[in-house]
Amino acid sequence: MADTIHTWTPALSDTSAPMVRKSRLRRFMRQRSTIAFLMCLPLIVIICGLVIYPALYSIQLSMLNKAQTRFIGLSNFTFLMSRDTFWMVVWQSTIFALSAVFFKALIGLVTAHLVNNLPVKGQRKWRGMLLVPWVIPLALSTLGWWWLFDPTNSAFNYTLQSLGFERVAWLSDPYWARFTVILVNVWYGAPFFLIMYLAALKSVPEQLYEAADIDGANAWQKFVHITLPMMRNIIAITVLFSLIVTFANFDIVQIMTAGGPRNMTHMFATYAFLLGIRSGDLPLGAATSLFMLPILAIAAVFILRGVRKRGREIG
Amino acid sequence: MGQSRLSRRAVLKTAALGSAAAITAPYVSGVYAAGTLSLGCWDHWVPGANKTLDKLCKEWGDKNKVDVHVDYITSQGEKDKLTAAAEAQAGTGHDIMSHRDWNIRIHQAQLEPLDDVIAALIKKYGPISPVAEYLAKSKGVWLGVPTAVGSQVKPCCSRFDLYKQHAGLDLQAMFPADESKWDKAQTDKWTWDAYVESAQKLHKAGFPVGLPMGQTSDAVDWVGGLFNAYGAVFIDAKDNIKINSDQTRQAMEVARKIMEASPPEVFAWDDAGNNRWLISGKGSGIMNPPSAWSVAKRDNPKVAEQCWTHPVPKGPNGRFVGQLPQFYGLWKFSKNKQAAKDLLLFISEKESVAQLVAASNGYDLPSFKTMYDLDTWKIVEPPVGTVYGYPPRGDEQTSMFGAPARSEVGAQMYNQAIDTVMISKFTQGKEKLDDVIKWAEKELEGTLRA
Repeated sequence: MADTIHTWTPALSDTSAPMVRKSRLRRFMRQRSTIAFLMCLPLIVIICGLVIYPALYSIQLSMLNKAQTRFIGLSNFTFLMSRDTFWMVVWQSTIFALSAVFFKALIGLVTAHLVNNLPVKGQRKWRGMLLVPWVIPLALSTLGWWWLFDPTNSAFNYTLQSLGFERVAWLSDPYWARFTVILVNVWYGAPFFLIMYLAALKSVPEQLYEAADIDGANAWQKFVHITLPMMRNIIAITVLFSLIVTFANFDIVQIMTAGGPRNMTHMFATYAFLLGIRSGDLPLGAATSLFMLPILAIAAVFILRGVRKRGREIG
Repeated sequence: MGQSRLSRRAVLKTAALGSAAAITAPYVSGVYAAGTLSLGCWDHWVPGANKTLDKLCKEWGDKNKVDVHVDYITSQGEKDKLTAAAEAQAGTGHDIMSHRDWNIRIHQAQLEPLDDVIAALIKKYGPISPVAEYLAKSKGVWLGVPTAVGSQVKPCCSRFDLYKQHAGLDLQAMFPADESKWDKAQTDKWTWDAYVESAQKLHKAGFPVGLPMGQTSDAVDWVGGLFNAYGAVFIDAKDNIKINSDQTRQAMEVARKIMEASPPEVFAWDDAGNNRWLISGKGSGIMNPPSAWSVAKRDNPKVAEQCWTHPVPKGPNGRFVGQLPQFYGLWKFSKNKQAAKDLLLFISEKESVAQLVAASNGYDLPSFKTMYDLDTWKIVEPPVGTVYGYPPRGDEQTSMFGAPARSEVGAQMYNQAIDTVMISKFTQGKEKLDDVIKWAEKELEGTLRA
C-alpha cells in the first residue's frame, strides 16, 4: 500500500507540472500584448522579408565592387558624385518631386474643400469619381497617357491642330517631357491628398467655425486660422509620405520617356535601373537608389517630430 | 605483377594532353535518358514563332527522354533581363536562359563555358559573326551560343516607290534579290552622302526618313553603324579614349544633316516609333529588321508592297550595319548541363534554324554566314525578295556600338546610349560640337571604371 502511495505521489506531481505550465501558457496567450503581437506577426514577417531584408541587402550591395566580390566602402557613392549626369538626375528628381508634391497638395486641398461643401447626398458619388486615378493600376493609366502624348500620333496634338494651334513636342522636347511626367504624377497622386484632406476637414469641430462666425471672421480668415492649423499634422504627414513615394517614382518616367530625351527626365529609380539592370552594374544601381535615403530620413525625423509636438500641444 | 612507374613529369604531360583533347575534341552527346531541362526564352513578337521552338524542344526531348520545359519571357520593360539578373543573384532558376545584347558579358561569372558546343558548330558551319564573338566570348572562352531566335541586324527598309519618285534612286535595281546580280559600281554609290541627299529630297517631298534618336537599341545601333562607317572609335581595346577625332566630327555632321531632314519626334521614339512611322505611310525609310514590313503586311498591305530591305550606306571606313544578336547561356548552377549542351547543339543545327527563320517570316537571323542562303529570305512577299537584303550581303559588315572597347566598358556605353545622346545634344540641344565631345569624353571616362 505504502508502495502504491509512494508511487502515486510523484506521478501526481509529474502531471501537475505540465498543467501549471499549460495554465501559465494560457495566461500568457490571453495577455492583450501577446494577442496583438501574434496578430501582427504575419505583417512583421512580410515587412522583414519584403522590406527590411531587401533594404539591408541593397545597402550591402551598394558597398561592393561591380563583380560583387570585394567590399569597397563608399566608392560607388563617391564615383556617382563625380558624374555630371548623376547630378543632373539629382536635380531632376528634386524638381520632379517638389513640384509634383506641391501641385498634388494644392489640388488635393482645393478639391477636398469643394467636395466637403457639396450636399451630403451627392458627395459620395463625387468622392468615388475623384478617386478613380488613384485606383487604376499606375502602369495601365500611364500607358493611356503615353498614347495621348504619343510623339507621332498624339491625341492632344490632333485636338490642338484641329483647333488651329501648333503641335506640341510633348515627349520629344526635354522640357515638355519633364512637364508631361510631372503632370501625370500629379493626376495620379492628387486623389490621395484629396481623401486625406477630406478626412481631416471632417474632423474639424463645427463649434470652432460657429465661434468664428460670431466673431465676424470671413471665409479666408476661417481657413487660415482654423482649418489650416487643424490640418497641419495631416498635411505634414501626407507631404512627407508623398515626397518619399514621388522621389522613388519609376513607372511613370520609365513608360513615358525612359529617361530621355538626352537623359533629361531620368529619376533616381530609372537611372538606377539603367545602371544596375541594363548596364549590369548592380552595386552602382543600388548606390543610386540609396542616395536620397539619408536626406529623406532626416526630413522624416524633423517632420514627424513636429507632428508629435503638435499632437502633444493639442492633447 | 609488374608495376609501371609514373613520374611527376609524365603525369603533368598526360594531364595537359588530356585537357587539350577535351578542349579541342568535337562535341559528343552525353545525354542519358533522365532528368528535366528548363529554358527561359525570349518571347517572340511574331505570332506562332514560339511554337516552332516548342516543337523543336519537344522533338529533342522525346528523342532523348528528357522533359523539356520552356518559359517565354517578354523583353517589354526588360523583364527578360530582370529575370536573368534575379536568377544570377539567387543561383537558381532555369537551366538555359536566353540573353540579349550584352547580357552574356554581364553574367559571365555565372555562366558555364560552351566551347565544345561552339567548336562543333564552327566545324560544321564556319566562322561566327565577329559581333557575336565579341559579345559571347570572354577571355578566350565561349559563354553563350548565338541563336537565330530574336537575333537581328538593322539594314535599310525603304519605300522603293518614294525613293524612285522623289530621290531618283531605283533601290530594287541597285540591290536585286540575287546577290550575284549586284553591280559593285552601283552599290558603291550607296554612301552616307547619297543617303543624306536622298533624305533631304524625301523630306522636301513630305515623306521624311525616320531614323530614331532616342536611347533604345534601334537608335544606338544605326548610329553605331554610322560612326563605324567613318572609322570613329570611342574607346579602343586598351582603354584609350579616342573620341576626339576628325572621324567623329565627320560622322556627327552627317547625323546633323539627317536629323534636319527627319521628323522632330525622332528624339522621343522607342524601338516601335520608326516601325509605326513606316507603316503609317508617312515615312519613306527606316533602318530596321523586317518587323516593320511584317506588321505593314498585316495592317497596311499597300505600304508593305512598296518596301525593300537593302544594305545600309557606305562610309570611308566601309559599310556597317548594326547587329543585335541573342544567345543561349547555360547557368553554372544547372543540374543537367550535358543535356542542355546537347539541346543547344540541336536547335543550332541548320535544319532547326531554317524552321525558326521561316516561322519568324525571316526576322530571326543566324550568326553563321553560311546559313544566309536559307529560302525564307528569297521567297517571302510582297513583293518577292523584299527581305532578301536583310542578312548582311556584299561588302556589308556587322557592327556593335561599344566595340572595340572591353565588353564591360562597351556595355555601359551602349546601354547609356552615349552615341545618340551626343547627337541629340548637338542637333536638338544646339550645343557646340567641341562641348558635346568633351561631355562624351567625361562620360566615357566613367565607363572605364567598369
